Amino acid sequence: MSRPELIAPPEIYYGDTEAKKYTNNTRIQQIQAEMTYRALELLNLPPDEPAFLLDIGCGSGLSGEILDEEGYLWAGVDIAPSMLEVALEREVEGDLFLHDIGQGFGFRPGSFDGAISISVLQWLLNAETSHPTSSPPHRLNRFFTTLHAALRNPARAVLQFYPTSDDQVQLITQIAQRAGFGGGVVVDYPNSKKARKVFLVLYVGDGGAAQVPRGLENEEPNEAEGRVKFEKRREREKRREKSGKTKVRDRDWILKKKDLYRRRGKEDVPHDSKYTGRKRKAVF
Amino acid sequence: MVRLITHNLLACHAKGCTTNNFPLQIKDAQLALREAEFNPDFLRGFIPRIEWAALVSAARQLGDESLPNEVPEMIDDDFLRGLHHVLLEIHIDEGAMVCPNCGHVYPISSGIPNMLLAEHEIG
Repeated sequence: MSRPELIAPPEIYYGDTEAKKYTNNTRIQQIQAEMTYRALELLNLPPDEPAFLLDIGCGSGLSGEILDEEGYLWAGVDIAPSMLEVALEREVEGDLFLHDIGQGFGFRPGSFDGAISISVLQWLLNAETSHPTSSPPHRLNRFFTTLHAALRNPARAVLQFYPTSDDQVQLITQIAQRAGFGGGVVVDYPNSKKARKVFLVLYVGDGGAAQVPRGLENEEPNEAEGRVKFEKRREREKRREKSGKTKVRDRDWILKKKDLYRRRGKEDVPHDSKYTGRKRKAVF
Repeated sequence: MVRLITHNLLACHAKGCTTNNFPLQIKDAQLALREAEFNPDFLRGFIPRIEWAALVSAARQLGDESLPNEVPEMIDDDFLRGLHHVLLEIHIDEGAMVCPNCGHVYPISSGIPNMLLAEHEIG
């Protein structure tokens, strides 16, 4: 798995080209959409009640579009200006902020009914400078304490992220708990390499009575579900036919190849006869 | 795309700036009006969360005098429509927000406020 957070800080990694690439990639769109729906499910907001949500690391608005569709009002923060520019172009409904979540939020207490964050927290785990305020624990602490304040009581925050190790998960949950959150980690498809997703489900209030929901288990979702075996091969062949290339096995092609081999001086080229490239009967 | 709904939630978050840091003063605002879907249920639920005095003063700074000084006791449809217009349809496209306490300037360009702090301002 590639780890963009190890290459450069987010505001530099997601420059103009990378932001466009990220947003237009249909596979990323699909994964982001799936995770957003799952995060909303875990958020467990009361149905038919309009809510005001915070999208942490909203990026180009892939998750925000889904929040729009589902009828939520939202505000989004992200640190990459290029991503926000793409979000503006896509005309998402939410308010956007250029904001470093590691510096903490300035929202008034009790502003939001819930918060979601898709594939963001891992970006907080690298120190960019040696200044004490840029150490991961300090930034995580700022993030979680101000997030806790900005949420209503009771409310939930669901944060999906890609940890590299169990130590990272432990560090993050520990700091979140110290900030006053209840809850814990939900792992979907824990036995799958590809479909495994880690969600941090945090509660404000509820007195710890609420149980952390269970992760999805069983079979991982099969993308090619409902497709017949070998369908891919058939598709490939169909494409080849369309592109004008003929099938390989016909007499002219064989003769041409043999001629070519002879001219190149290859030995043991079988000689031509009326049987060359002959179609065989279906024998049974 | 700063609307007054988010402006009403936003306080200064610079280091040590904990009192008198709300509401941020709006400077040199260029406004844009964009229609939004009217959602009375949402507004009814949101009214208790609004700092009314801050909202009224911010709206007056932007030249909108339609809001009353106090939240009326009877919340009718006309009032909600007016509130909807002020909260969700007035967008600040360019300008700046200034903290009344520490004077930190949060510039707004093409609708996105820059909330980044310098290293020495991080709490």
